[in-house]
Amino acid sequence: MIHARALAKRYGDRRVFAGLDVDVPNGGFLLVTGPNGSGKTTLLRVLAGLAAPTAGELQLPPRHTIGFLGHEPLVYRELTPLENLTLFGRLYRLPERGERIGMLLERFGLWEVRHERVSTFSRGMQQRLGLCRVLLHEPTHLLLDEPYNALDAEGATLLDGIFEEPRTWVIATHEPQRVDRYATERLAFA
Amino acid sequence: MTYASDVAALARKDLLLELRAKETLPSMLLFVIAALTIFHFALPTGTSDVAARGLLWAALIFTALLGLTRAFVAEREQSMFDALILTPVDRSAIWLGKAIAVFAFLVAAEVVALPAFAAFFHGLDGRTVAAVVLADIGICTVGTLFGAMAVAGRARELLLPLLFLPMAIPIVVGGVGGFLWFLVLYDAIFALLSWAAFEYVVSEV
Repeated sequence: MIHARALAKRYGDRRVFAGLDVDVPNGGFLLVTGPNGSGKTTLLRVLAGLAAPTAGELQLPPRHTIGFLGHEPLVYRELTPLENLTLFGRLYRLPERGERIGMLLERFGLWEVRHERVSTFSRGMQQRLGLCRVLLHEPTHLLLDEPYNALDAEGATLLDGIFEEPRTWVIATHEPQRVDRYATERLAFA
Repeated sequence: MTYASDVAALARKDLLLELRAKETLPSMLLFVIAALTIFHFALPTGTSDVAARGLLWAALIFTALLGLTRAFVAEREQSMFDALILTPVDRSAIWLGKAIAVFAFLVAAEVVALPAFAAFFHGLDGRTVAAVVLADIGICTVGTLFGAMAVAGRARELLLPLLFLPMAIPIVVGGVGGFLWFLVLYDAIFALLSWAAFEYVVSEV
């Protein structure tokens, strides 16, 4: 569950948002929309525990139950997909991680390139790997910031499939029509 | 045991990144050899051992600074701190893994630099080698903490030398004087402080 009351965030003199109430029950789906620079990314970083709010009350799940995908895929470009996922599998202390890694790489169409460096990948392939990383430890809470960025039609369809899974979701997107049917809560920044 | 395996996994990742990118260690090697060569020709013949040792320490400190400047490049350019912070790993393990990797690069540079120094100047005694190893520990522990702090700042290329060089003065004093006990004390105090402080450096929360 994610619960926030009167949440505010400032960077110096610039107010990003203020007086924000957010409630996402377990299994809920919060759809965040708004123009560029309206505070969507900052809100997701605060809700992921990566940035501290300036004011307000905030209750978050334990950090290891959170999966976060930002504007970057958050993978090491000089490592291969297999090395990246093995590293994060170790850090998340996943038992039998080899099987899970193989399954995710297959699912997102990266199995054939699992030994190639990420730096040679297109942005869309890197985004697919970012999705593998974020799903690796089976987080109960998934926060995705513009997850459709750089994905081709096939990648976008693969991404659509993960929203069927029973998790707590917070999605910021410029393509709300793709996920609107899942939304149980909505937050629109002006 | 989990902490040790986290540190090992993170250090191994940094060594692998360097093995692939080959950016940090070649720069450090080139720099330290060039610096020692310049000192060799700049110093008049008959220069004392103490003066030559002083220049060795200056070369080593600036070589280390070069390595520390590159230490968090992947974390900065690819926002990898976000991914690492969300794992259940103790945040100090991120610092220790990075410090071990920087230590490995520095030792690798010194494996070439120390024989070069011995050839250019008046040889090398065991006490100096021991002082260099002890100094490396202090350099890497403090430098890695400041490297992470500099990543968060805007003028990061400026910030790291400004933070690190004043903290390196005691290392130079202990190294040139051959005060091994002083270097051990420095390492113990600042390793502990850096270990405890890293958590507050990598996250706003």
